[in-house]
Order: sequence, then structure tokens, then C-alpha cells
Amino acid sequence: MSFPLAAPLTSARRVVITGAGIVTALGASWAENAAGFRGGRPAFAPVTLFDVGRQRARLAAEVPLPATFPAGRLTTRAAARMDRAAVLLLLATQAAWTQSGWETSDDLPFIVSTTSGGMSSGEAYYRQTCADPNDKRRLATRLMQYQPHRAPEQVAAAIGFGGPIQVLANACASGANALGHAWHWVRWGLAERVLTGGFDALSQMVFAGFDSLQALSPTLCRPFDARRDGLLLGEGAAVFALETLEAARRRGAEILGEIVGYGTSTDLHHLTQPHPDGDAALAAMTAACRSAGVTAEQIGYINAHGTGTPLNDAAEARAILRWAGGSAAGQRVSSTKSVIGHLLGAAGAVEAAICLMALREQWLPPNTTTETVDAACGFDLVRAPRAAKFDLALSNSFGFGGANATLILRRFA
Amino acid sequence: MKSITVAGMGAVSPAGWDAAALANAVAAGQPLPTQDDARPGRAQPFRVRRVPQPCPHRDLLAHPRLRRADALSVFAVAAALEAVGADRAAVQSGELRLGVVFCTLAGGLAYTRRFYEGVLQNPATASPMLFPETVFNAPASHIAAVLGARGLNYTLVGGPGMVAQALATAAAWMLAGEADAGLVVAAEGLDWLTADGHRLFSRGVIAAEGAGALYLKFEADELPRPVLAAIDLPAAPGNPGQGTRAAKAGLDSEATASLLCDSQVGASALDRKISAGWRGWPGPRLSPLKVLGHALTAGAAWQCVAAVDALARGRAAHVWVAPGDDRGPAGGVWFRAPASFRACADSTAPTGFPAKPTRTIDTGTHERRDRT
Repeated sequence: MSFPLAAPLTSARRVVITGAGIVTALGASWAENAAGFRGGRPAFAPVTLFDVGRQRARLAAEVPLPATFPAGRLTTRAAARMDRAAVLLLLATQAAWTQSGWETSDDLPFIVSTTSGGMSSGEAYYRQTCADPNDKRRLATRLMQYQPHRAPEQVAAAIGFGGPIQVLANACASGANALGHAWHWVRWGLAERVLTGGFDALSQMVFAGFDSLQALSPTLCRPFDARRDGLLLGEGAAVFALETLEAARRRGAEILGEIVGYGTSTDLHHLTQPHPDGDAALAAMTAACRSAGVTAEQIGYINAHGTGTPLNDAAEARAILRWAGGSAAGQRVSSTKSVIGHLLGAAGAVEAAICLMALREQWLPPNTTTETVDAACGFDLVRAPRAAKFDLALSNSFGFGGANATLILRRFA
Repeated sequence: MKSITVAGMGAVSPAGWDAAALANAVAAGQPLPTQDDARPGRAQPFRVRRVPQPCPHRDLLAHPRLRRADALSVFAVAAALEAVGADRAAVQSGELRLGVVFCTLAGGLAYTRRFYEGVLQNPATASPMLFPETVFNAPASHIAAVLGARGLNYTLVGGPGMVAQALATAAAWMLAGEADAGLVVAAEGLDWLTADGHRLFSRGVIAAEGAGALYLKFEADELPRPVLAAIDLPAAPGNPGQGTRAAKAGLDSEATASLLCDSQVGASALDRKISAGWRGWPGPRLSPLKVLGHALTAGAAWQCVAAVDALARGRAAHVWVAPGDDRGPAGGVWFRAPASFRACADSTAPTGFPAKPTRTIDTGTHERRDRT
């Protein structure tokens, strides 16, 4: 795929979604996830993938992966080598691909996000090579599976397409950044279609990492609760088939929704903590609205980053109030991390999928775990299942390293 | 007419802490000395190439963001600062919107290993000081903080071909008006795990550490700066024949003497695979990693720095950089010298290129030089 550098990119094409797949602790189908998010049913359970007996937190939202899965064009042996994270990405991609009705090609960009790739394979590699430096059985496989770009390569091989693969690792904003980056490519005419999404699997290393920072809740994830005490981790994947409106109409594809805005900024305040006034979050939300040509009043639902940590929720609440101005009290906000936890590199993509569900079916996912709303929330925190009429949803994702990203999706009528 | 130009570059490598050191080492052509790196549980150490210590930038090490950071982040920030140069003030004031793309494959592997060792011993006491620096975008965050860049900032993770992806991303931002300038930085650290991994695939590879940076602007063709002329993104990984076909397709018909900057590293098995994609290349070749070592994405950035320096030295009017991939060539990047630029003949002059021409350049003379 040659990258044109000859002329300024000025086209502003409409970018629609013609396929979407999602895998979370609620299940691997659109219907299971929609039902779970609509009801706000928390999907947390004791961690079984690794020992958390000596950690403060004990819960996570694990995906009940099937024992076998359709491996497409991969051999049985190649499929058996796939890391847990790669399998999550494969399931979500297969669903999006099937729904899109796309044909394979050698020139399809695949832009995905993750924060840890095949970390469990990396952990296994390390334990094995330390135990016996001369035992090389499966070491090469483990090393390959550990690398984040291996998963999308395997998925592309399983489905049978080729093209440039980009893996974005912008911490917890990665998923939104990947979708936004893909949106840019189609919008600017760099590609007519792009497959994009995010994936992350639970791993002992990352679980222990967040626990070491005392960021994990020893109780439950309660975003925007006055007594919130941390986040809970989850795992999963979401993938979207994006293409121009013209291309989708030309082939008579069903259009699920549209990405209309994307804003991003970098918070320089601290490596892990947001600026208390939410400056960078405000910048991302403002930029997203500007790119979409919409105002805060037109947004019908905000899927907040809402991790349930004291610092993030305070800063984000402040940012939302500053962004919404006079319309703040009427802004309907919830964080679906109260249901499936924080999916890290997959969060932005999965939460965009939730916005898509909510737009298509006209309901607002609730924060059912929040007991006492923090007084800093001057907006309408959705705490019970609610039907709603709205055309625009905004999704926030903020991460370590000051990565801030906001997406705006529109219902396609 | 405007083009994407290389307005600055930076490097931290086993040759030293700037792009000039890298370029001079590559021009000298001699593999740099190696050091022994002990590997726990193995009597024989690994041979590696480390960045010379101590770091000459004491002010950098004292920056609050870098006090606890991995060596990877220090390399990345140092290279970034060198590349951006005097434009740093404009970035900090907000006058210049800088888009940053950081590339890495191994990321903060040394800290990751140390943190995981702590987890295995007792997860309740694993160090919270280490974990935040293990995230892939920590170096990109430090770059942004030191430069004061609040805008677009991506971290791409993958093999050496990510540098081509990063250049394409930065270029797109500028062409679309989302950024006034782009900074592409690639960095890799060195841990015994890195060398341990290499031995599984190719013996004789000498792992190295460091960073490379390219600072891009979208500006008038008349400026005497090398131009980022084309980028070829890989259609599929591990397609060895693709490299030559793509490069030749993108070349000007007169550029038969174009220089190929390949990714051979001085390890015969790996180099054979890399060479296979470039069989039949008609022009001269440059293999900087044979001098510097195998440093994954940082190596690809070093190739770009060496390539741009080759343009400045007048070695060619066009250079095709082929970032390596253990499974075959991974796309490519084409740089060309502007028609009005010619390298300084003075051997003591800094390598790279001046922001302003030091003397009047005759286009006709330059063309004649290309053909000799």
C-alpha cells in the first residue's frame, strides 16, 4: 500500500460502520452484550486465571472463552498457539467481518489497540527461561505470541486478508485512539475501508501492577460514587468495519451507525494522574465536538471513562461540567466499567460498541453499582435502565501517559 | 509546491548520544565494540552493544519526568530534543502544533521484567514505582512533557516496519492540517531477555539499544532539506519479494544509482533473509546496523538517520530505507535530496544538514555529481 504524500488531504468523507463484533465477560455475541449493558448487570467474579490470593483485589470480569473456536484459515496447530488475547480479537473480528459482508483483499488496513498484547505468553516465557535456560521447547512460540502485533497478524491470516497492520498502545485511551485513527484514514481518503478495534486479556502482571498502585477496588467498581475506592479490571475485544458512506451504499450494506467526531489531547500533568481540573479531557471533548460540528447540547449520552478511582472520576466530572456549560445538568452520563470493568486497551473500542448499541436500540446503559452520587457530579448520572431518544453519543477514554481521546457516534437513520 | 521535509533528526546509539556520532560511525564502516551482558543461569554472557555511559545530558536526567524512568525513555527524549532543536520553544508556547508518534517493540522490558520478578516473589509487595514506566506509551508521555506537546500523540508497537507506519501517520496529520510538524521517535532498551530472545531465531545477532528521531515539517520545496518522498506500507508481513518491487515501482526512472539502506545486521542467517528481498538492486547499499547492532524499531530509525545523512554527504540523490523484519522486508521509506542541496565538503562539518544553506548550491552541478 503506497502512502501518498503528493497533495494535502482535504476530503471530509462520511465514515460509517457496517460490521461490529464485541466480546466481554457478558458474552461473545451482540445480543448477550446488549442485554447485559441495558440492564447494567455487573459481570464480576473471583479471578480464576491466576492466583490473586495475596492481592488486595480479588474480582475481575473474565471472559468465558469457549474451549474451541472457529479458526478460519489457520491450521489447528497455528490456532492452538494463539494467546488468550489473540483469541478475543479473533472472535470480535470474525463477528464484525461476517456482518460487514466484506470480501478479502491484500490491501486492507487493520488498526487495533492493546496495552499488553500477549502478556500471559510473555509471563510463561519468563518463568520457563528462568527455570531452565536450556529448555527451549515452545520458547520461540511464547516469544512470538507475547508481541502485541502477533494477534492481529494471526487474525488477518485466519480470515484471509492482508494489509498494513498498526497496533496502537496509548494505555487506556488506546481503543478510542485506534478507532479515531482509522476514522481519519477513511475520512481523509487514505483508505476506502479500515478494520479497527481493540483487545486486551487479563494477566497477572497487569493485575498486580494496578493493585500495587492501590488503584484496584477491594469491593466493587462504583463510578462517580461518593465512596468509590477504585477500578476493577476486565478483558475483551471489539472490532468495527469502517468504510465510506459511498462505498457502503454502493454495495447495499446495512449501516449500523456513523463515527462523526474524534478529539485527542495529551495531559502533561503526571504519568498516571490526570490534571485535577480535567484540562486535557476538556480539550479532547471540545476537539471531538468541533470535528463533528456539534455542540454539547446535542449530545444525548456520554459514556464516561469513569474508572471508579477517586482521581479520574473527579477530574472527568469537572471536565464534563466545563465542557457542557449551561447544559451540564441535563447531560446523561454513565460508565459501563461498572458492568464489565476496565478493559484497558480494549476499553475505548468496547465502549464505542456500547454507544452503538445504545444508539441503535435507543436506551441508556446504567451505573447500577453507584450507591451515593458524588456531589461533584453536576450531571444526570444514569443509575437505572432507561429508554431514551437520542442521535449522538460521546465516549471518553483517558489513560496513563496523559493519553486522552473522545469519540462521537451518530445514529444512522 | 510543498513537501514533507526532514527538518531535524536525533539519535542515541552505541556510537554516542547524537546523530553526528551515529553518522560518523556508519561512514567509518567498522562494527562498534561489544560488551558482555550476563545472563542469569547461563555461564556464557551475551555480546551486546550498549549506549556509552554516562549520559552527557545531566539536565535531562534531572527532569522530574525522567528521574525514575527507564533508560528507554531517556534515549527517546534525548533523541527527540536533538531532532526538534530550536523549535522546542515554539512547541512549548503552543505556537507550533507538534504531533508525536513513538515506536517500540520491546517497550520498557527491563522494568517489566523487574516488576514481574517482584510479582512472582510476592505480588503484594511488587514495586509501584516500576509499573507505570512499563506501559508502552510512557516514553511518548515523557517526550510530550519535556517538549510541552499537548496534541496528537500515538505509540505504535511492532517490528521495525512501524517506523514507516509512524512516518506515514505524522505525514498524514500534517497534510490534513491536524499538526504543523511531526516527530517520529523509535526507541528500544536492552535487557538480557532481549538478547535471550534473539538467540532463538538467529545466532550471531548483537542486540543493541538506543533511539532515533526524525522531525518533519510540511514546507516549500525550495528549502534545502531532504524530502520524505514516499512511504510503502507492507501489504502482508514476510513477503520477501515485495521489497524490491515496491522500491522500484516508486523510483524515479533516473534514479538507478539510488542508495539502498538495508537492515542487515552482520548475522549471516538473518542477513540472508533480508538480502533475499533485495536481490537485483542495481545501486549501492548501506548497512548501518552492521556497525550499530540490531535494535528493532530503533534500528529502523537509525537507518533513516543514516540515510538522510548519506543524502547530506552527497552519496546519492535518493535513498530507499528498508526497515527489516525477521520475516522479510517490511515496507520502505524513500528520501530524496532537494535539487538545491549539496553536502558540505568540509569533513569537520556536522553531519545531517543545515537549517539554512551555508553556500549557494548550483542545481546543475548537483545533477552532474549524481551521475559520477
